[in-house]
Order: sequence, then C-alpha cells, then structure tokens
Amino acid sequence: MTDTLEAVFRREAGPVTATLIRVLGDVTLAEDAVAEAFAIAAARWPTDGVPPNPGGWIATTARNRAIDRLRRESTRTDRYVAAYRLQADTMDSEPDPELAGLDDFVDVVADDQLRLMFLCCHPALAADVQVALTLRLLGGLETPEIARAFVVPEATLAQRLVRAKRKLRDNHASYRVPDAAELPDRLHAVLTAIYLIFTEGHTASSGEPLTRVDLSAEAIRLARVLVDLMPDEPEAVGLLALLLLTDARRDARVSASGTAVRLSDQDRSRWDAALIAEGHELVRACLRRDQPGPFQIQAAIAAVHADAATADATDWSQIVALYDHLYALRPNAVVALNRAVAVAQLHGPDAGLAALDELDRDVLADYQPFHAARADLLARAGDAGPARAAYDEAIARSGNEAERRFLREQRARLPEPE
Amino acid sequence: MPQFLLSVWHDEDYVVDFSSDEAQRRVRQVSAFNDALQSSGAWVFGAGLHPASSATVVRPSGGEVAMTDGPYAETKEQMGGFWVVEATDFDAALALAGKASTACEGPVEVRPLQG
Repeated sequence: MTDTLEAVFRREAGPVTATLIRVLGDVTLAEDAVAEAFAIAAARWPTDGVPPNPGGWIATTARNRAIDRLRRESTRTDRYVAAYRLQADTMDSEPDPELAGLDDFVDVVADDQLRLMFLCCHPALAADVQVALTLRLLGGLETPEIARAFVVPEATLAQRLVRAKRKLRDNHASYRVPDAAELPDRLHAVLTAIYLIFTEGHTASSGEPLTRVDLSAEAIRLARVLVDLMPDEPEAVGLLALLLLTDARRDARVSASGTAVRLSDQDRSRWDAALIAEGHELVRACLRRDQPGPFQIQAAIAAVHADAATADATDWSQIVALYDHLYALRPNAVVALNRAVAVAQLHGPDAGLAALDELDRDVLADYQPFHAARADLLARAGDAGPARAAYDEAIARSGNEAERRFLREQRARLPEPE
Repeated sequence: MPQFLLSVWHDEDYVVDFSSDEAQRRVRQVSAFNDALQSSGAWVFGAGLHPASSATVVRPSGGEVAMTDGPYAETKEQMGGFWVVEATDFDAALALAGKASTACEGPVEVRPLQG
C-alpha cells in the first residue's frame, strides 16, 4: 500500500464504518464488510487509481459484499431480515433505497459519524471500553495497535470489544443522536472519551516515552470532527480548544534527557504558537456563547497559562476563580486537587496544603499527581521529611519512566535529613 | 418491542414490614412508578419478592430432582423485586430503570430478554 492509500484508509475508516452500520444495522457485520472492502481497494487501486469518491466507493463495495455474504449463508437470513427490519425501525422515515437496488451508490453521510460516536461512548459501557471502541470504529485503528497503546494484552482487548458490541446489540441500543434532554450527559461522555484518548497520548501511562504522538493527534482529529458535526455545541469547541492548548506544550514537556518538565519550568519559546493562537480563538468564541461548561472552563484555564510569557507572569487568581467555577459544576477530588495547587501558587504552600488536607484521601490514595503535589508543597513549606515520603508515594504510583525521573530528581533536591 | 428485566438488589437481608416512615415513602414512590408504567404501556409484569431466606432451590440430580433450603446465590446480595418492561430501545429501558431506582432508593439491574 502506498502512503496515499494508507492516508485514505485512515481518513475514511470512521465515516464509512459509521454509514455501513446504519445501512446494515449491525456493527460487526459492518466492521467485517469494511475490512473486506479495504482489502479489495488495496488490490485494485494501485492499478485502477483512487476513485473520485473513495469513501463512497468503499461504503458501496462493503455494502454489496455484506449483502452477498448474507444471501450466501442461509443461516444468516434471519440476520438479513433483522437488518432490514432494524433499518425500517430507525429514525430515517424513508425506506433505505440501497437495500432494494444494489447498484445504488452508498453515500457516506456526516451524521452517521455522530451516531457512531454516541454509540461507542454509551455510558452503559465502561470508560476504557468506550475509548477502545471509539479508536477501533471511528479512529480506524487495528485492535493490536490499540492494545499496545493501552498496554493491555491483545486477546483481552479483542474480547472486551466483542463483548461491548454484543452488549449494545443485545440491549437493542439505537443508532441515533440522543435527543435534546439526554444530549448534555451523552455529549459529555463522548468528550470525556476523546479527552482520555488525548491524555493517554499526552502522558503515556507506562513505558518509556512521555508522549505518544499518534493518540494525541487522533484525539485532536476526532475533536475536530465533532466540532464540524456539532458546531453549535460549545462544550465540543471547548474540548478542541483544551486539546490544542495542551498539545501546544508538547515539545517543552520532555527534556533532552527524556525527563518530564513541569509547567512552571518549561521553555515557553518551545510552545507551538499556532496551536495556542487557534486555542485562544476557540476559547474567545466559547466566551461569546456564554454557555459555560466543564471543558470550556478547562480550556480557559489552559488559555490563561498559555497567555503568560513566563511562569511568574501567570494570572493565578484568575485560575483559582476558574477552578472555583469548575468545581461548582464538577465537584470531584481531581478538580479540587488542581484547585489546591493553584491556591498554593496564589497564597503560598501552607494554604495549598490546607486545601489538600480537605480532600478525600480514599479517592486520591492511588492518584500519583496527588502525592506529587503534596510532596512539592511540603518541600516548599520546608518539611523535607514528609516531602521525601510523599515523593516516594508518587514514584511508586507513576507508570511512566520520564515522570519517575522527574520525581526522583525533585526528591534528590530535598535537604538531607538531620 | 424489546423487553427488559429490571431487578432490584439489596446488599443484605431486608424486611417486608412496611410500617416505618421510610418504607411507607418507598411504597408510595414505587406505587406511583408502577402506575406510570401501566398507563404508558411499558408495564408487562412486576412484583416484590419475599427475602432470600424464603427461597428454595430445586435442581436435577441423577434423573431425579433435589431440593435445597435457601437462595441459589450464596453471597449476601439478593433480589428484592423485579419488573418486566417493554421499551423501544436500550436508552428507553435505562431511563425507566433510572426512575425505578429513584423510586425504590436502591440499585436496579437492567437485563435484556432473549428473543
């Protein structure tokens, strides 16, 4: 396969799969059919050339192969009937012409990707399964690639995907965009899944490198698709802004020796100005909408950081105010933790430690950033002994070598015990 | 239309004595939920169960049938009641389960029926 073919496949995989699920009424049937169609394309396009509408070509070929297969395998006629019936039951009021006339071209419809996003990120599925399903069906990633990215055995991941698709099918999950009443919560689940994909790419949870660029890029791509499909949803715009502003710092986050560099120590000249500019513009657009939400607020916090030419110039009082707003919307321990860190910047380490003491220890017990934050504040407050213990707790809970190197360096800087 | 089993679960033994204020409140709430299910056409069947200590398990054994005293599950979790409902799809069933869970102030499991 040439580079062009590879790029076409990765771009078209999500939209085509999404449309085929609607046309065929079955996720696994659609997945297999798309895989078959890609194989045919890989064999024919090098000689015939890439067709003018590659997505439509793949979708049509996949549809035809799937229906041929259903007709051949008589044990599956009930599935064919079920697929047709499901088709009739969907929100589309007109009967699907494609099933009647197989010569008809299958148009890849933008809305289908939205349907697929909401299906993959169904709240009845565990968060990590939502992420895997999104990467598989919308991202077009192969199961082994996803398994490697999340350091899960391939067989385990494959089984989770099979179970998830079966669960959605057995529970009669509809292939539709949720209606207005359910939309905010359902959209939040989609945004959270995309954010999880990004954070996994941004800070790999195990293994050597601090960042896995592909997953971050995939998350940004999905966030852009979502904004294209739902331009009137400010939270979708907020997520994209947050990802861009965070990704802008990528080159400054790891030192030449492969150690993590925290925000306050980063060389800001290495931040990507174009991503920051785009992020700022999106945040401004969100502010104009005046329909705040958690992702928009997190984007605004990232924008305040991006605005500061140096760490000392950071407007911490604005950041604390934004965290107050975020906590009011999402009162959870991680938000409270990040707020406590900001409070320490504004009012000193003792104030930060007091805020940390109010947090729920049970929830944060295994959360590395909690211990790292405590360690840093204890060190700044002059409590070297407890700081060292806290660094040990953080190091024990870090699954990332670059991060561990940073924590060990910080611990080594502590004054020796008496 | 697809059907789903909604089952209510308790972490330990519960009583069927409905005399407390708390219990009375739940009875009212569940009753209102049942009425809504019936008037919307979602109701197929539903009932509260006597506690697990009232259960008996019957199983095939060497061509005959053997009987043991007590529930099947040896854990302390037990089903307190159930509904069978009709719902257009998964989300509709989950919405009903949400209302059921609020009414009985406890966890409700959603399982699709086969067929």
